[in-house]
Formats: sequence, structure tokens, C-alpha cells
Amino acid sequence: MSSFLLSLAIWIPILGALPVFAAGEHKPLVRWTALAVALAGFAVTLPLYFGFDPSQAGMQFVEQRPWIPRFNVEYFLGVDGISVLFILLNSFITVLVVIAGWEVIEEKLAQYMGAFLIMSGLMNGIFSALDAVLFYVFFEASLIPMYIIIGVWGGPNRVYAAFKFFLYTLLGSLLMLVALLWLFLESGGSFNLLEWHQLRIEMLPQMLLFLAFLVAFAVKVPMWPVHTWLPDAHVEAPTGGSVVLAAIMLKLGAYGFLRFSLPIAPDASHYFAPLMIALSLIAVIYIGFVALVQADMKKLIAYSSISHMGFVTLGFFLFNALGIEGALVQMISHGFVSGAMFLCVGVLYDRLHSRQIADYGGVVHTMPKFAGFLVLFAMANAGLPATSGFVGEFMVILGSVKVNFWIGLAAATTLILGAAYTLWMVKRVLFGPVANPQVAALEDINAREFLFLALLALCVLAMGVYPYPITEVMHASVDNLLKHVAVSKL
Amino acid sequence: MLKNFVTPDLYPAMPELFLLVMSCVLLLVDAFLGRAQRWITATLTLITLAGCALITYQTMDGQVVLTFSNMFVDDLLADFLKLLLYFSVIIAIIYSRDYLAARGLDKGEYYLLVLYATLGMMVMISAAHFLTLYLGLELLSLSLYALVALDRDSSRATEAAMKYFVLGALASGLLLYGMSMVYGATGTLEIGGVAQALHLGVANKTVLVFGLVFIVAGIAFKLGAVPFHMWVPDVYQGAPVPITLLIASAPKLAAFAMALRLLVYGLFDIAEHWQNMLLILAVLSIALGNLAAIAQSNVKRMLAYSAISHMGFLLLALLSGTVGPDRHYALNAYSSALYYVVAYVIMSLGAFGMILLMSRAGFEAERIDDFKGLNRRSPWFAAVMMVLMFSMAGIPFFIGFFAKFAVLLAAVDAGHVAVAVFAVIFSLIGAFYYLRIVKLMYFDAPEESAPIKASPDMRFLLSVNGAAVALFGLFPDALMSLCTYALLRSL
Repeated sequence: MSSFLLSLAIWIPILGALPVFAAGEHKPLVRWTALAVALAGFAVTLPLYFGFDPSQAGMQFVEQRPWIPRFNVEYFLGVDGISVLFILLNSFITVLVVIAGWEVIEEKLAQYMGAFLIMSGLMNGIFSALDAVLFYVFFEASLIPMYIIIGVWGGPNRVYAAFKFFLYTLLGSLLMLVALLWLFLESGGSFNLLEWHQLRIEMLPQMLLFLAFLVAFAVKVPMWPVHTWLPDAHVEAPTGGSVVLAAIMLKLGAYGFLRFSLPIAPDASHYFAPLMIALSLIAVIYIGFVALVQADMKKLIAYSSISHMGFVTLGFFLFNALGIEGALVQMISHGFVSGAMFLCVGVLYDRLHSRQIADYGGVVHTMPKFAGFLVLFAMANAGLPATSGFVGEFMVILGSVKVNFWIGLAAATTLILGAAYTLWMVKRVLFGPVANPQVAALEDINAREFLFLALLALCVLAMGVYPYPITEVMHASVDNLLKHVAVSKL
Repeated sequence: MLKNFVTPDLYPAMPELFLLVMSCVLLLVDAFLGRAQRWITATLTLITLAGCALITYQTMDGQVVLTFSNMFVDDLLADFLKLLLYFSVIIAIIYSRDYLAARGLDKGEYYLLVLYATLGMMVMISAAHFLTLYLGLELLSLSLYALVALDRDSSRATEAAMKYFVLGALASGLLLYGMSMVYGATGTLEIGGVAQALHLGVANKTVLVFGLVFIVAGIAFKLGAVPFHMWVPDVYQGAPVPITLLIASAPKLAAFAMALRLLVYGLFDIAEHWQNMLLILAVLSIALGNLAAIAQSNVKRMLAYSAISHMGFLLLALLSGTVGPDRHYALNAYSSALYYVVAYVIMSLGAFGMILLMSRAGFEAERIDDFKGLNRRSPWFAAVMMVLMFSMAGIPFFIGFFAKFAVLLAAVDAGHVAVAVFAVIFSLIGAFYYLRIVKLMYFDAPEESAPIKASPDMRFLLSVNGAAVALFGLFPDALMSLCTYALLRSL
């Protein structure tokens, strides 16, 4: 079995960043090198998907060798149906980010591209690490490039946003570190996640572990009420940063729940499920209302992201296949849709240097092609059937109705709220009379912008019409997880 | 009288003797050299240290050998620490050369005092007797007092030297007083003998614990742990950067050796007493160091407070040894402490090296703001500094993370989960001021655009230093295993 693919997916982008840095001030060289590395990174992930055996629930493409024998830490990689899709998504988004930053970034282009490539590799590492220390190391290291990206290429308030992002997420992960150390000692000296899944733990430690993981992952998702870093980070980050943040980084927290919280502390997960569902519903409904009143497009999409991620955590803690699979589909779909929305705002921002909804109006008259894309993505964001946004939300709502009708009802309000805030924004930006001379002078998207928007539009539509290739991959792993979680570890 | 004299086995002390002879030679040679030929002294100093390294390496056999009537010990731990010591002193000298030359401070005294300080540290590392330990410590301290005042026209440096001297003398007094108490209780000055007396239970516990308090205070002073930290920020700030660099690196190794020899080798049987004392020191150091560092606008002072918090972590590892009938039970804790101090020395060398790199004739890069916009002036060295800062903050993939990781693991293993959580929270606070340096370098515009000038060997070495921080982070096992092995063979 070709078992070095995961290593390639991790290290091609990271090491590929070195020639990009070396290219320095030579911009065309930087661009093409970065694109080549990103494409190579994406290419090596394709066999992961096509070579994946969906009938198996266990880990595939496993690589296991000692890394720090002193503490029994292993370089242990592997993917199952839950994680493989995110590696694919991440590598794909990286290509788009490189294209999106092509000529927009003027300052320190090499460092910009390099930082994104490194981050892409680190995030592939997070999704494929099966050793807790390896996971943690990738998890925390990914903060560094993001901190730099927000701080160097961000908006006017970038320093505040970068610090808030870094310290907020570090707080969460440091508590997780203590939990990991405790588990190491409890398991008799192993950092192997798969062994931890089988570990029997008393109720009280389980609850403490769950809470430590909760802090780490809830900040990352982000769940209400620890979501406040996200709007700041999104608003200040450059377009590429927002895209990666929304499309991939938020998924890390949700992924952490599936890899750590649920299987390691199943009893505590059941115990805390009502709390988690309540927090998720607050995110869905309350943050939905918050999104409604935003005057800044990026902020609006950021709040919409939080609201959508509320759906994901809701799905996880329903403990049925529909819920978890729906949540996973929602994660992938949100990766495409939110990425696309941020790219669209980026397209506007590059032209007018404003993200305020009030500065726009009647854009459809000057940018008809762009308007077409934005309407499509807005529909997907609102969860219109036949777009990817619908599939996941529908599955989670079905899953929640199975558990409790009222949870389902509350969750379903997102279909109204999501439509309201997204479509109202689209209406104010695109339609109506041309608002001001700047808008009248706008030029429609060029071939490069058309390319990445069209790619994303294809994904959104394909997934909405025919989600089977995605759900097929995850079935066996999700079933396995559910069976595992249903068994008490006390 | 002379009939009873037995020539001691000089073989284990070869590096010390070599260094001593060479320093006497240098003392003579340097007297005949003018400023223009100072490079000869510098080169000879480096050759001496390299020679010491060679001798130590050649005589390293993993045996525990006592000599000079059980006053001096040569074991693998001593050899390992000494090798690190030579390396860090060599690096410190190379980093400092341009700076000293530009300010007319590259006098022969500098090199000689550095050599004597090194000798003192070597004796401390190999001490098997309270007197040897004290002699080594005093040789080190006296050389450092003089070095701090090297720039004799600077009132700040003189003040720092005075402060260092007065407080240092006080601490030495405390240590000596504690030793005399322990002597009173056990009737021996040999560290091994003390351990034996404790083991047999013949010692007077009250006197012993009373003495222990003073010994711990002395150690805490030398490490710079709260509440014996007052000298650290002032001396770090007041001393010329090359001297700060020296104080912040190699002596930590020696102080660690001192703590290990006294507490673990000598007083292991009353470990629960000193562990509780160290716990207070560790918690206070981590808290105060990290909090006070935030408020600093001077890089040297900031790094001084950061050093205090790092020493807190070191103490946390030292106190996490589980008390059992055998010292080997606590191997994990002590090896993580050793690993931590090694990691800290590597990072500290790099960080002060960066300050030296940024300084040039007539300009001290002492303010934090001097790092502004470094990324535009030199992307490479900005990256080196970033690696160092993230490593000190304990962010992976750098050596600092694995050092903290090992310490926290030992602490959790010893049942100090709450302390581990506390340490982790304060690491978060500490992350802020390291991040601030990165922010200044990357997010802000430079205040001046003068390119970074430095000799090629310094550029190279500093790059290697930064790369080491990253590479030991990617492949941490080799160094970790080495630390564990050195201790395993020496406990």
C-alpha cells in the first residue's frame, strides 16, 4: 500500500514553501512556484480519495514510526472516512488561495504564499495525525502562520485581531495539553489515539477531560460564547486568510470533537450533550440574528459561519448517523460556500477597498458575471435545495427531529434566518440603482477571478445535486464511531 | 607530613588543569600584546576551550570517578554539562567579538575572566564536596562581578556590578551557612557522605532542615528564582550585552549542576522538604517572571524576567521527582530538568546574539522598539528571531515546546496537575510578550533602514543557532535521550 501519501500531503507544501521564500522579490517566479507547489500538494491528495476503501471503518494509508521514543511519541498518520475529505478540501482551497492572492498582494508576496503553503501542510498534519502529541504539535504550530498572515497583510486593526486570535486559541489548546499528558500517564505511557479510544476512564476524569477538550475545540469552532475572536480575525485578515480560516481552520475544532471528545469520553459526552445542544442552538439562532444587523460584509459572513458551525456541533451531539453525517457534509459544504463568499467580498474589496454594505448597491449593473456567482453562493449559504448548503442542514434537521421535535424546530429556523441575512445583503449590494460613481466604474471579474469562482461554483452545485461520493466515504467510519460512543467506558 | 601525601589522580580533572595552565599562559602572552593583536588572545581562548572540549570528550568513559580525596567527581553528567558549557562559552565569545571591538572593550581581561568563570563552572559541575562547590561558585561569581563592570566608564554597569556583588556575596554567605548546618548535622562535608548519613538516619533532622532552607535560598539566588530574583533584571540590563549573554547562558548549566549535586545527590532523603520549598519558588517565579516581562520596554530586562519564568519551569521539573528508595525513580523529572536547561541555554544564546547583531558602534539595540520592521531589513534574521521567540513561548515545532512538554509531563506524573495547569496559564500570559517582539518585527514599519552589518562567522553561527532551535524541535529525541542517558549513568 502506498503509505507515504499522507507524509507527502503534509511535507510537500511545507518544504515547498522554502523555494517560494528563496524566490524572494521575483514576483512571477514566486507566483508560479507557489502555484506549482499547491497543485502538487493537491495532486498527492487525490489518490487518497480514489484509493480510499469506503467499506472499511478503520484507518487507511497508515504510517507509523517512532518519533520521540523517549516519551513513546510516534509519527503516526492515518485517515478514515471522517478525515480524508478534509485533507482533500484543504489542499484544494490552498490552490484557490494561491490563485486569489495572485496579483492582489503587493507586499512581501513570497512570505504571503509561503505562509499559506506551510499552513496548508500543517493542517493536513492535524487531520491525519493519530498520535496525540503529533496532533497537538500541528494544531498549535498552525497558529504561527495565521498570526503572521493576519498581522502583516490584514486590515487597519490587524494587530489587535492577530493577538486576539493567537492568545484566544492558545488558551484553549494549552488546557488540552494538560489533558493529553494526563491521558498519557493514565494509559500507561502511550500517546496513541486509537489506544486512547479503548481506554476505560472513570466518570469524573471523563468529565474533566471533556471540559478540557471542550475549551480547546469550542474556541476553535468557535461555539457561542467563545466566538468573539472570529469576527475580528475575519474582518482584519486578508481575503486568503479569511478563506482558510473559514474553510479549514474552523473545521479543526469540530474535527477535534470527533477524534477526541466523543470517543475518549463518551459517557461525559452523553452527559454534556444537552449543554452542547443548547450552546449550538444559541449559536444558530442568536448569532443568526446578530448576522442580520451587520453593516460589514465580512463580519456578516463571519457570523454566518459561526451560525453554520453551530449546526455542525448540534449534529455531533445528536448521536445518530444522520446528525453526524449531516454535520460532516455541512462542514465540507461550508468550506466551499464560506470560502466562496469571502472570495467574493475580496473581489469587491480589491476594487473599492471597502467592505461596508452601504458603499455598494447596483453592482449587478456593472459586474453581471460576478453578480451571478454571488447570488449562487448566497443561495447555497441560505441552504437552497440543489446547492451543497441544503444537504447538510437538511440531514441535521432530520437527525434532530428524530431526537426531539423542538430541537429540530429550533434548528430549522436557520433556513429562515440564513436566507434573511444572506439575501438581504445580496439585495443591498447587488440590486437597486447604482449607488455611487465608484460602483458605476467597477469592472467585472477577470479570467483569474472567474476561474476560482467557477471552480467553487462547480463544487457547490455538484455536491448539492449528488452528494453520494461524499457521504459514501464517511458511512463506515461514522457508523463505527457511533457504535463506539454508544458503549460506556465506565 | 609530606610522607603521607598521596598524589591525587589528576586524570579526571584534566580539562580543568588544562584550562588553568592555558589561562596562565594567556595571562603572560596577553601582557605583550597591543590592541591590534588582540585577535591572538581571542583565538587562543577559543583554542583553549576547544582543547578542553577535546580532552573532555576523549576522557569520557561513563564511569563515576572520585578524586582529590573524594572532593572532585568525574561522571557522564559532568562531561555532558562541561561539553555544553564549552560550546556556549565559545558561541558567546564569537557573538561578542564585534560588539566589544567596536566599543574598545575587547581587553585581555575579558578573555581571561571568561576563562576563569568557565573554570569556576567546571569545578562546580564536578564538585563532590561542599568546599569544592563553594570554591567553584566563588571563582565563577567573582569573575562575573568583574565582567559586569568591564565597561568601567559606564555608571549603570558599575551599579549593576555593585548590586550583583553585594547580593551575590549575601547569597554565598547563605549557602555557606546552610552547608555548615548540614555539616553540623551529618559531620561530613562530602556530598556522598551527607547522603549516606541521611540514609542511615543518624543526622539531626531539625538542624538539617534548618540548613536546607539556607542552601535552597542560595541555589534560588544563583538560578534567579523569585523571591531571590532582584538582581536578575538589574544585572541583565546594566551589564554590557556580551556579559549579559554570558550570564544568561552557561552559568545556568552550572547552577543546575549545583542544585542537582546538593539536593539530589546530597539531600535526597529529605526530598519532601526541599520539594515543597522549590514548589513555592517555582510557582512564584513562573507567575512573577511572566507578568513582569509584559511591562518591560527594554529587551534585556524583558529577557531577564523571561529567564526568571524559565527558571521557574526548571525548578518545577526538579521538584517533580517522585520520592522513592532510589534516586532512579525520579530520573524522568531530573532528565527533563536537564533537557530544559539545555534548551534554555540554546535559546538564550540566540536571543542575546540577536541583540548583539542589531547593535553596532554607538548604537545599543536595547529597546524593544529597535526590533521594529526587522523583517524589511533582514527577512532571514527576522525569521531567526521569530523562531527563538516562539520557541521561548513554548509553541511547537521548536525546542522550547518539547522542553516545556517534558517538564509538564514530569509534573503531572508527580501529581502536580494543578501546578501544571497554573504553569500553562502563565505560559499563555508569557506568550504575549514574545508575540509582541514578533509583532514589532513583522507588522510594524522600521524606524531606521540601516542594513544589518555583522561579520560572516557571526551571521553563520546565529543562523545555525536558530536552525538548531528548529531542528531540535523537529527531531527532539536525540537530545532528550542524551540527557536521560547522561543522568542515568551518573545518578
